[in-house]
Amino acid sequence: MIDLTPLTRATRWHPAELVFWLLPVAGYFLLQDNLVLLTQIAITALFCLSLDLILGFAGIVSLGHTAFFGIGAYAAGLMAAHGHGDPLLGLLVAGICAAVAGFISSLLVLRGADLTRLMVTLGVAMMLYELANKLTPITGGVDGLQGMEIQPLFGSFAFDMFGKTAYWYAVGVLFVMFVIARRLVHSPFGLSLKGIRQNVGRMPAIGAPVNARLAAVYTIGALYAGIAGALLAQTTQFVALDVLSFNRSAELLLILVLGGSGCLYGALIGTIVFMTAHHFLSDMNPEYWQFWLGLLLVLIVLFARDGVMGGVRRLGALSKGGAKA
Amino acid sequence: MTQTRRLSGLFVALAASGMAFSALAADPLKIGFVLPMSGPFAAYGKQIEHGARLYLKEHNDTIAGRKVEILVKDDTGVAPEISKRAAQELLVKDKVDILAGFGLTPSAFAVAPLATEAKKPMVVMNAATSAVTTKSNFIVRTSHTLPQVTAPIASWAAKNKIKKVFTLVADYGPGHDSEAQFKKTFTAAGGEIVGEVRTPVKNPDFAPFLQKIKDVKPDAVFLFVPPGEQTIAFMKGFAERDLAKAGIRIIATGDLTDEDLLDAVGDNALGITTSFHYADAHKSPENQAYTDAYAKAYPKDRPNFMSVGGYDGMQLIAKTLEKTKGDASGEKFIEAAKGMSWNSPRGPVSIDPVTRDIVQTIYIRKVTRVGSKLQNVEFDQVPAFKDPGKQ
Repeated sequence: MIDLTPLTRATRWHPAELVFWLLPVAGYFLLQDNLVLLTQIAITALFCLSLDLILGFAGIVSLGHTAFFGIGAYAAGLMAAHGHGDPLLGLLVAGICAAVAGFISSLLVLRGADLTRLMVTLGVAMMLYELANKLTPITGGVDGLQGMEIQPLFGSFAFDMFGKTAYWYAVGVLFVMFVIARRLVHSPFGLSLKGIRQNVGRMPAIGAPVNARLAAVYTIGALYAGIAGALLAQTTQFVALDVLSFNRSAELLLILVLGGSGCLYGALIGTIVFMTAHHFLSDMNPEYWQFWLGLLLVLIVLFARDGVMGGVRRLGALSKGGAKA
Repeated sequence: MTQTRRLSGLFVALAASGMAFSALAADPLKIGFVLPMSGPFAAYGKQIEHGARLYLKEHNDTIAGRKVEILVKDDTGVAPEISKRAAQELLVKDKVDILAGFGLTPSAFAVAPLATEAKKPMVVMNAATSAVTTKSNFIVRTSHTLPQVTAPIASWAAKNKIKKVFTLVADYGPGHDSEAQFKKTFTAAGGEIVGEVRTPVKNPDFAPFLQKIKDVKPDAVFLFVPPGEQTIAFMKGFAERDLAKAGIRIIATGDLTDEDLLDAVGDNALGITTSFHYADAHKSPENQAYTDAYAKAYPKDRPNFMSVGGYDGMQLIAKTLEKTKGDASGEKFIEAAKGMSWNSPRGPVSIDPVTRDIVQTIYIRKVTRVGSKLQNVEFDQVPAFKDPGKQ
């Protein structure tokens, strides 16, 4: 009989997690004026979560994750611009489009090692960027896709200027997707991914089909990214080429490293820290905020290895060690 | 201890009475700027802000008896969701009366629905795609439109013995728009397009295109690429391959030889003929006063079309508010702004009552060395020219 207690314990919700998910509720009441920022934080967090699934858990490095974000955004955008403005339907279609693209490109991505993967993912994203630029009559090109009309959520909550609907919508989707991801990484499937990351050679020996697992998680990651892209398109009611830009991929990787990869919450906390810092620094100093942001990032990475979550874990270990002594 | 506490109490009382006092006078007018202040388009934002602040400084920060407060938010260039977030916060949190700025078209497009919803005037100070003003009834534009500055160079070329033109444009929306407008006007005036290429937007290698142009031997090349490095690279290749000696001229829109860029392009720019609405060498008393004031306030920068867009944006706001007696509410403001005319540093301008776009003189200029500086010297003009993109 194998003792599964450590595994079942990990799947149980820690009280700190419950407190964490009360933050969005508190944020709504305390930061009424900043709802748009909070909405965009939730969306970026979902996007970052998708990168964490493929990088943090399966160890697939990607510099072109915006490819799927962009596909989702354009899919939802085009739906809404052509009269199918139901937000949930848009999310579904966007997710499916991105997942299909993810599955197809996983065949390419899985062929190489890390460096090759960086190049292939980057290449796929760049090709899509040029494609969206070339297809100006469909995508609007550099000027952006216009004329999106999003219908009210559930037929009764319209997306207004104050961004209340958009906020709950984004937070709700993030929460649902997070719970699914959480179950996923604690499932046998998730454990096999961790195994692949730690020792790719041994996994076939215990009967885990490496490539099939990686293709599956890459497809799921793409689905998540597509949904995040769709959320951004629907809440902004506009899609521009920059949803496919390299900057966005690079920034996402930065956020994940900052937060700490491989534990889901790192993606969320990294996004909160990064975007809040970005917002306040650029408000204080619209011209030179990037310097301060860079400094902050360097400091965090210097003093908290494995990102913010790594720092938190070490603090936790220290206090426990102190209690024992 | 008690003394400091008493002192601070005094300050609080003073501050409170001060606040009460200002509340008695008219509320300050808040103008929220959404501009690219960082990233690749940071220069746009800086110049527009300079122009706007210069106007305010000249008028003691007061418009129609109301004190003016400027809030600037960075949208990092082409990131419409950040532009939208910035505008939304300016409206909801800072409660601005007027939205202004907008360096690039996507940010103007993304914010337009907000202006409609909040019923606040939105003064576009650069974004140049023709359709921008059609996206909300609360938008007025004080810069220019792409077709507006493209059409005159085409008619001028056709009238001035340039019969065969080769077009080279960057492969993106604005490039396609200018190519379409040039072809339309030029062929209607009897000219012939002998070749056309679209070059990649990022890091193009111009060598093969330049060779092709040399082989085709047109009278002129119509050039439209993103201003900056690419202009410099193209001009350099053009000079190295002796295309100018082969009798081929360059014609373009004036953003290519913008004053901010001209010094970097250097002597390779000499002789380029462009059409545009503003040159810092424009001769008029208004422009003399403007360029002098600008040089004094910002000695390191040359005034250009961006800064004049910001300056005129503020001028439009001021003139409109004088007409409405300080009332900045959306409908009244836009109604009053329609048909408004004034003497800008660029010459006489007005707001088209139908399209809310700017009507202005477009000048034909040639890059010439004047003293130690390269300048766009005007030698022909099309007065009161409307945006042909909306006809």
